[in-house]
Amino acid sequence: MEFLLFLVRRILWSLLVLVGLSMVIFAIARVVPGDPARMALGPTATQEQVSDLREKLGLNRPIVEQYGLFVAGLARGDLGRSLLTERPVNDDIRSTFAATFELVLVTITIAFLLGVPLGVAAARWKDRWPDNLVRILAIFCAVTPSFFLALLLQILAGYVLHILPTTGRMPHNIDFVADITGLMTVDGLLKGRLDVLGEAFRYLLLPSLALAAATMGQIARITRSSMIDVASQDYIEASRAFGVPEPVRVFKYMLRPSFVPPLTILGLEFASLIGNAFVVELVFAWPGMAAYGIRTILQKDLNAVMGVVMVSGVFFVLVNLVIDVLVGFVDPRIRIRGAR
Amino acid sequence: MVDVASETPVRRISNAYQNWYRFSRNPTAVIGALIVTLVVLAAILAPWITPYPEHVGAVVNFRARHLPPSAEYWFGTDNVGRDIFTRVIFGLRISLLLALVVLGTAVPIGTMLGLLAGYFGGWVEIVIMRLTDIALAIPPLVMALAVTAVLSPDLVNSMLAIAALWWTWHTRLIYSITRQLRTQEFVEAAETLGASKFHILFREILPNCVSALSVKTSLDAGFVILVGASLSFLGLGIQPPTPDLGTMVASGSAFLPDYWWESVLPGCAILVVALGFNLLGDGLRDLFDVEDVR
Amino acid sequence: MSEALLSVRDLSVEFVTYGQTNKVLRGVSLDVPAHSQVALVGESGSGKSVTMKAIMGLLRSPPARITGGQLLYDGRDLQTLPHRERLKLRGTSMSMVFQDPMSSLNPVFTIGDQMGTILKYADRRLGRVRSGRERQARVQEVLSQVRMREPERVARSYPIMLSGGMRQRVLIAMALLSEPRLLIADEPGTALDVTTQAQILKLLKDLVEARGLALMMITHNLGVVRETSSYVYVMNKGVVVEHGPTAELFAAPRDAYTQALIAAVPRLTGGTRFGRREAIP
Repeated sequence: MEFLLFLVRRILWSLLVLVGLSMVIFAIARVVPGDPARMALGPTATQEQVSDLREKLGLNRPIVEQYGLFVAGLARGDLGRSLLTERPVNDDIRSTFAATFELVLVTITIAFLLGVPLGVAAARWKDRWPDNLVRILAIFCAVTPSFFLALLLQILAGYVLHILPTTGRMPHNIDFVADITGLMTVDGLLKGRLDVLGEAFRYLLLPSLALAAATMGQIARITRSSMIDVASQDYIEASRAFGVPEPVRVFKYMLRPSFVPPLTILGLEFASLIGNAFVVELVFAWPGMAAYGIRTILQKDLNAVMGVVMVSGVFFVLVNLVIDVLVGFVDPRIRIRGAR
Repeated sequence: MVDVASETPVRRISNAYQNWYRFSRNPTAVIGALIVTLVVLAAILAPWITPYPEHVGAVVNFRARHLPPSAEYWFGTDNVGRDIFTRVIFGLRISLLLALVVLGTAVPIGTMLGLLAGYFGGWVEIVIMRLTDIALAIPPLVMALAVTAVLSPDLVNSMLAIAALWWTWHTRLIYSITRQLRTQEFVEAAETLGASKFHILFREILPNCVSALSVKTSLDAGFVILVGASLSFLGLGIQPPTPDLGTMVASGSAFLPDYWWESVLPGCAILVVALGFNLLGDGLRDLFDVEDVR
Repeated sequence: MSEALLSVRDLSVEFVTYGQTNKVLRGVSLDVPAHSQVALVGESGSGKSVTMKAIMGLLRSPPARITGGQLLYDGRDLQTLPHRERLKLRGTSMSMVFQDPMSSLNPVFTIGDQMGTILKYADRRLGRVRSGRERQARVQEVLSQVRMREPERVARSYPIMLSGGMRQRVLIAMALLSEPRLLIADEPGTALDVTTQAQILKLLKDLVEARGLALMMITHNLGVVRETSSYVYVMNKGVVVEHGPTAELFAAPRDAYTQALIAAVPRLTGGTRFGRREAIP
């Protein structure tokens, strides 16, 4: 019950964050010097064309009213029309977001599946060689620019090993449309196309590895320190005294309480993960939101840019809500007390 | 959450020699400090220590294009025959400048807001901490992309955009420290003695944030440089021909894998700079015993 | 004294930290006969916790090292016992009641889960077979033995949902799960308020007497010693300085340290947990 209240409160705060976010984005798009219509049309357009577009975009109305229209649109899920593709920004983002979402999902999975065991190993053999190895690995993961790692992986796969594809999301000769969820892996599974599923993972592997490294390093580091912290707790000593075997102690009694900090970190770092996704998508020619975002940014397509930033923010907020639920699930103290 | 529980206000007077001793016994910190010092020196002295300082500009020397690393060209040459080593050293300047400007703005602002939110509580806290929540939700890279798109792709705009978001981390850090210190006896004693708010914030609380702050700032310098490099990799940083590490990786990647040095070596340079700041921060964290600062 | 259930003979333990050797136990000998209640009393740092850990086999080495002496349990030498055999004893035949009810229970698992897990692995070590359902039945049985009114509800609860006194009783129940013969209690209830601690000690004493268990009470509190034990060992700086039947030792302490300990107990009501009794000479 308290947890429900806690969640409701979090959802309300999240909504507030989104309102704030919309203001920031609107401010960037409208208050900055320069005429969005002129920017979109370029210097060769006539004054008449510019004022036509200004009229169409509602740029001649008072700023508050413009913001009202923008928010009203957001509330309906309408991000306006792209000046570049002439299509609703929603459609453009919807068709690209699924690819980004799939990439990010696999990235998080990899980061956890690798980061947590590494952290556990480092904590188990604290100050011995596994610990030092993990520490070095974590530092290198943290300081290697994602785009550089992406390039290195691409060189490795494309020119040295020749096992994995280096660009795109699906081979051209496979005839498949992911029209159920938009995720190649899930839709492949749902439609019983195991070939698609396999290919989807082959194409996902390198980009998600490049993207996962930084987060994985953080997770390994945090898992290590929180495992060490938990290991010194009385209840772990107690379970030892009651003869609970070490594997159970480590993987059940220590791991679960140690799980909250890495989850929290993931939530905080999620924004920078999305940022890195932009670069990684570009290197691997991943047909995601980033490619669209960068293209529209270079074309000064304001509505699309606002849409992309807004969707990134909403993605962040939603992921953090999911993390709140997960944290409550992992740790009954939060579930019962409803605080964090 | 960024909680700093271990930072105790007790050790306010520290023995400089003792600190130096502990620092010099910490290999991470020493290597980090060494890298940072070398990088900074190299960046400052770039015109005097590089073999071809004239290659910084739009020099073209087609006879020497795509040469592999050699005694003459340590890091090889690029597609128009410029010495990559020279350009990498000059590129450090942009990276360091970026870190300096971004943190030079973000750290004071973030610290100030964190102090206010942590000390005064109430609506001040609510407003400031909600602001940090909003800022946290925007990926700095995406924000920088958007801002540079609306304005124009150049270094100053990128720096402004990154700084506009980066303060939030420092605010959260200082906020959590201040909240803990607010109820500590030395603060309450000062309050009882009628010390001004100004005195309490800047004379009692701030000095106790310094060690955590320096760890955070050192770690952040590395991350800001990474974000900046990503921006210029996307073509939204400083514009050519001024040498920039991210830009060099991007333009060199067109010639992979045959002329690998053109992108790999500048990439390694970014890595080394970020590594230096990270190790330094890590070492300082051990030194100051501020376990939870990331 | 060979009939003692637990017999510690001339036990020496040292800790090696940063190249420095610290002798924390220097020839400790004590006996806990079956069905008897013995107290080991001393200030913090006296070595009583190390003695306890050595008996339970919980010392971590490094840094700890047993350098001499014998630990005899039921006539068997614990140190030469094969590891497997020793594990069969820990948490089953010899069991521990932990001190701090706030920190000795895992916060993220239910009481039933934690107790069930202990029972599961105790069963496995002893070669007993029990289904999950049977284990939970046993868990609830033990919970009601420590006077929990709603054992099912307690089993479903997380530690945070229980009061300190209830958690302490859960810790006692945990120790009783596998019907131990020797119970080692590490200052149970010191973290609780006076009334609750008195209740806990009463419960513990009743349980021990009703089942004929041997109890080794480790404490720094002389009031607790009087309340629970018939025989007492006084430890100081890694050696047993004095021992004897509780009443005798309290009446005529010979060792200077014991005298100081007893003198340090406030004589007036309110100053100590069992002050009233001590106020009457």
